[in-house]
Amino acid sequence: MSLGTRAKRLPRVIPVLLVKGHGLTKTVGFKEGKYIGDAVNAVRIFNEKEVDEIMILDIEASLEKRGPRNTFIREIASEAFMPLGYGGGITTIEEIETLFKGGVEKVCLNSVCYSNPTLVTEAARIFGSQSILASVDVRKQLLRGYRLFSSSGSVAQPVGLVDHLKRMEDAGVGEIVINSIDRDGQMKGYDLELIKIASEAVSVPVVALGGAGAVDHFVEATKAGASAVAAGSFFVFFGKHRAVLITYPGRAELKKAFA
Amino acid sequence: MIGVIEYGLGNIGSILNMFKKVGLPCRLVSTPEEILECDKLLLPGVGHFDRGMTELRSRGLEDAMNRAVFDQGASLLGICLGMQLLLEGSDEGVEPGLGWIKGWAHKFPSDLEDHGVNLKIPHMGWTDVEVQPNTKMFRDWEDECRFYFVHAYYAAPTDPSVVAGKSWYGMDFVCSMEQGNVMGAQFHPEKSHKMGMRYLQNVFGD
Repeated sequence: MSLGTRAKRLPRVIPVLLVKGHGLTKTVGFKEGKYIGDAVNAVRIFNEKEVDEIMILDIEASLEKRGPRNTFIREIASEAFMPLGYGGGITTIEEIETLFKGGVEKVCLNSVCYSNPTLVTEAARIFGSQSILASVDVRKQLLRGYRLFSSSGSVAQPVGLVDHLKRMEDAGVGEIVINSIDRDGQMKGYDLELIKIASEAVSVPVVALGGAGAVDHFVEATKAGASAVAAGSFFVFFGKHRAVLITYPGRAELKKAFA
Repeated sequence: MIGVIEYGLGNIGSILNMFKKVGLPCRLVSTPEEILECDKLLLPGVGHFDRGMTELRSRGLEDAMNRAVFDQGASLLGICLGMQLLLEGSDEGVEPGLGWIKGWAHKFPSDLEDHGVNLKIPHMGWTDVEVQPNTKMFRDWEDECRFYFVHAYYAAPTDPSVVAGKSWYGMDFVCSMEQGNVMGAQFHPEKSHKMGMRYLQNVFGD
């Protein structure tokens, strides 16, 4: 292979799997979860498809005020031969350390970013920025604009979007996942305005999440400033009746779309 | 037996998972005695250069690694920071490296571009590797070769003959080195699917 004529780099394309109980679910607007299947089995299939990276979010952990389920996560990690991120219920350095020892590369912090931002700073210092992500759940409200929510969309946070993003960047996170609650499960495209605001506010990579239903949506998100693109429904549903089927675009398809 | 060196840095869990999947027997080694029992060694590493060298020295592992590799002929693969530690030093810190391979680790400049778009540091993601086919690690490798990378510093070996693989991230850089039984990979084979499995088989298999 020659590096002489260089094709444009493809952004990372990241399936996000939502854990509920011991299975996977897929929400719409953070509600109405539909059962998708067994988590370990899904990771095995994504592994076969050679996905760029995978992210597992336990959407019940913060609501139930508990930490990560380590045995379960280790089981998933033992089948993940790609970079694996985990988010959900993390509130201590010890929990993060246990996750890394179990085979997780990146942790995704969300609720704790509001309740204890010094933990984010400490985690980035100890483990390195590249392994600490902040994920930010955003709802667009008619008169108030973008508002932030924690605990799987159940708790409104008073801090402004840009202020929070800058605070997370200052705390040392290596990436920020920006998730549109309104677009979640809609498969009609990302909130491009939100991605633009976020990627202009910070210089760390922004990962777009919420709304993707086609490869073209990935292209739109990167044009709006996203460094990587993530999705849930797009990778687990097929057809207009949303049959459960795990898919992942091939590199040829991505190269063509991003050319 | 492959000894995975445990010195407080690096994602040991992923590496053990990958060796299990590939079917190569391995164990964690954290003392000089354990290191000297191994004929194959893997030096992982995610984190700061100085912290890596300080941990290796304060645990007495540097001497053991030297003896294992140069007196007993063990092969050693450094991954990510573990590869940079093989060099004489790094822009990231002030501690001398292992110095087994002549050269230095430099930080990526902040003005790298791809088709007019500024590239963020660290370099994170999947990148193609141009391989030297006459190396142990890339022998018979004719098909697609790409690996997962996460790094802000890159190795710049002095001697071009140790270069086993090159990549591009707004600039060409050396992403793997091979100098006899001393080998290094800037990328993460343990997180690079089938390509990573094949790579580890090439390095550690018989």
